[in-house]
Amino acid sequence: MAEKVGVYVCHCGSNIAGKVDVEDVAKWAGEKVKDVAVSRDYKFMCSSLGQKLVEDDIREQGLTRVVVAACSPHLHEKTFRRACSNAGLNPYLMEMTNIREHCSWVHKDRAAATEKARSLVSASIERVKFQEPLEPMFVDVNRATLVIGGGIAGLQATLELADAGYPVYLVERQPSIGGHMAQFDKTFPTLDCSACILTPKMSEVGQHENVTLLTYAELEEVSGSVGNFKVRIRQKARHVVFDDCTGCGICVEKCPRKVLDTEFEAGMGNRKAIYMPFPQAVPRVPVIDTESCIWFERQKCRACEKLCPTNAIDFDQEDEMIEIEVGNIIMATGWDAFDTRKIPQYGYGRLANVYTSLEFERLCNAAGPTNGKIVLRDGKTEPKSVAIVHCVGSRDERHNPYCSGICCMASLKLGHLVLEKTDAEVYSFYIDMRTNQKNYEEFYQRLLGEGMRFVRGKVAEVTDAARKPSEQGKLIVQCEDTLVGRQQRFPVDMVILMGAIEPQVDAREMGLKCGISCSMEGWYTERHPKLDPVATMTDGIFVAGACQGPKDIPASVAQGAAAAARVAGMITKGKVMIEPIVASIDEEGCSGCRICNNLCPYNAIEYDAEAKVSRVITALCKGCGTCVSACPAGAIRGAHFSDRQIFAEIQGALWDAWQPRGGASEEAEAVPVSAP
Amino acid sequence: MSDQKFEPKIVGFLCNWCSYRAADLAGSARIMHAPNVRIIRVMCSGRVDPSFVLKALSMGADGVMIAGCHPGECHYLEQNYKAMRRFGMLQHTLRGLGVEDKRVQLVWASAAEGQRLADAIDQLVADVRELGPLQWAGNWEENGERLQALEDIVKEHEEAMEVTA
Repeated sequence: MAEKVGVYVCHCGSNIAGKVDVEDVAKWAGEKVKDVAVSRDYKFMCSSLGQKLVEDDIREQGLTRVVVAACSPHLHEKTFRRACSNAGLNPYLMEMTNIREHCSWVHKDRAAATEKARSLVSASIERVKFQEPLEPMFVDVNRATLVIGGGIAGLQATLELADAGYPVYLVERQPSIGGHMAQFDKTFPTLDCSACILTPKMSEVGQHENVTLLTYAELEEVSGSVGNFKVRIRQKARHVVFDDCTGCGICVEKCPRKVLDTEFEAGMGNRKAIYMPFPQAVPRVPVIDTESCIWFERQKCRACEKLCPTNAIDFDQEDEMIEIEVGNIIMATGWDAFDTRKIPQYGYGRLANVYTSLEFERLCNAAGPTNGKIVLRDGKTEPKSVAIVHCVGSRDERHNPYCSGICCMASLKLGHLVLEKTDAEVYSFYIDMRTNQKNYEEFYQRLLGEGMRFVRGKVAEVTDAARKPSEQGKLIVQCEDTLVGRQQRFPVDMVILMGAIEPQVDAREMGLKCGISCSMEGWYTERHPKLDPVATMTDGIFVAGACQGPKDIPASVAQGAAAAARVAGMITKGKVMIEPIVASIDEEGCSGCRICNNLCPYNAIEYDAEAKVSRVITALCKGCGTCVSACPAGAIRGAHFSDRQIFAEIQGALWDAWQPRGGASEEAEAVPVSAP
Repeated sequence: MSDQKFEPKIVGFLCNWCSYRAADLAGSARIMHAPNVRIIRVMCSGRVDPSFVLKALSMGADGVMIAGCHPGECHYLEQNYKAMRRFGMLQHTLRGLGVEDKRVQLVWASAAEGQRLADAIDQLVADVRELGPLQWAGNWEENGERLQALEDIVKEHEEAMEVTA
């Protein structure tokens, strides 16, 4: 029996109709293309009236197939599948034709765009006739969630879920949770003490009955899919037995080896070889840094072992693999600071009193190496003038083209701290001031009132080569003040470089483990930049915080909570739909050659040695179709993307080029080939 | 069909995750490009059976684009490498049939690279325009034998499927 196809061409207001003659396309499909029973054009197909049009036609005209020519299937495929379903038609008997993103939006010439739209519609009509009804599969969702990264975004997500009563595993690679926020002194624009608002959250996570905290641990491998992920985590050897340690700190106190702390203290202070990153660390269990420990270096010392009151030190401890099962994963892996050495003309690493913003955060932190006293590298001199340089590695074609977003506000905050704690003059060298969140502009106005000086221009150089006696012994910031239109030199005592916010160096690698992609810069790609900023293209994997793009604390917290809400929704529902787009092997046709076995990256094809045939394990198949195109016997079928469907689609796409042997067909004759 | 007015007809097989989304992005960003490529969505570039390409050429396409995620960024971990392998084999076959290399191109574009995909489309269209029409489908007299061989391959494949359908 011939199929009855309904074709619906959307105007999308003028988005499509402005470049494609939609009425003509609909009329053409209705009159000239075989098996088309109904063909309509409509202003907005995705509106409830547009959907009703489809539903009514299915019911009244008995349509067996539906083609909707509108936007990308990634936007509205679900909408129209639901409409078909409502009217009793299997949703997989609907095909969307993308005549907006792929046609009207990208072509200038109306005639050419209309011709292309016609070909795309024709391809869909031919394809849809071979589509088969499919039933979606449902799997149970594991109630546990894995959160990767214990910064403020990850902490928020963890707490939201744990408070809702769901088990959460929180994995953090550092010895303590807290992330970058734990390093800061104050937060903008309220000047809250960072530790005061962060540490209660940290200890809440540490003590929560629903949270399993895995610090000093890294993600090794993720397998499975939404609802049922299997995750392998490497618990790095702390050399301190977690359950025996009371966190008394005697080992840290007595350890004779002092090393520069390049992580938490950003190189501004020291720590011991056995250490907790900071006093409020959660958990309060130290780790031994095997690279600096005297025992690991030359088999001597063991002072910590001798002095530990609970015998918790274990020099022989090894990395351990932990396997967990979770239903969803939230990536909150955060950011890394730009290496300011990459801009040598700013002198970082060469000129002593040039600081990175993280170094300065530690310097002015009351719990930092100088107890919050702002002094130069000599450890005693208070600076009389401080320059803050914006956009170091941001908004710079040579490094990162994007705006790091938070540095303007952070430099206002640092400027305030300098003005508050010292008598120094503060200069801020900015390209544009960006203070566009709640109370941010007010904070800028406040700093203008407090006497911070603003120079609009990109700094050319920071040098110690004096030209005048007044510049002797100073750092000179050379900059064109673009508001005055003149090159100027500013002699100062201290320079702070506001380095860019960059993705973690291994963001791409981590993304690959979970099957999510990164932008060119290395930020995780969200499912939709505006409407779905926490989900990713991979179901069951969510992103939160600065790993998705530069973000300040309020935005990271909001995103962490949003990701948790999405996960909570999945758990509450209990079941998740999986697209039935999988491969299947016809055992009659299978010769048992096993070519397909090794092609599958998910090991979803197993060989039955007794029956001498291969079989697809449906639960593992992700539907890429590589095996389908490799089978020499054509015995593998790819549901919804079968050879037959794609062949038909090719034929439809080339309706105006194809002429069968022995003259044009009826159909080709009936359709005048439009002039190119 | 006169050569002056030659508008290449090209079929593009784009993977669902990267290149199809790159084309979507080119759309939302209004990156203009040539209207000659008719896009067919597949889940992965690894799904592109060489017979799809032969079918398209035999049905009158002047060129074919296969596009996938960048090597190492495949949504299905590594299936674009299989597409790459097959592409080498396909090119070998096409050369034997007298089809110029530039008519069938393999392109990588991530979901963030709308511009790159648009440029690749423009390049392919320009290349095929320069080569002129393939005209297999429209010229049975001249290309009868070659076309027959091609049809046989496709038919063989279809028959193989029929057994199992």
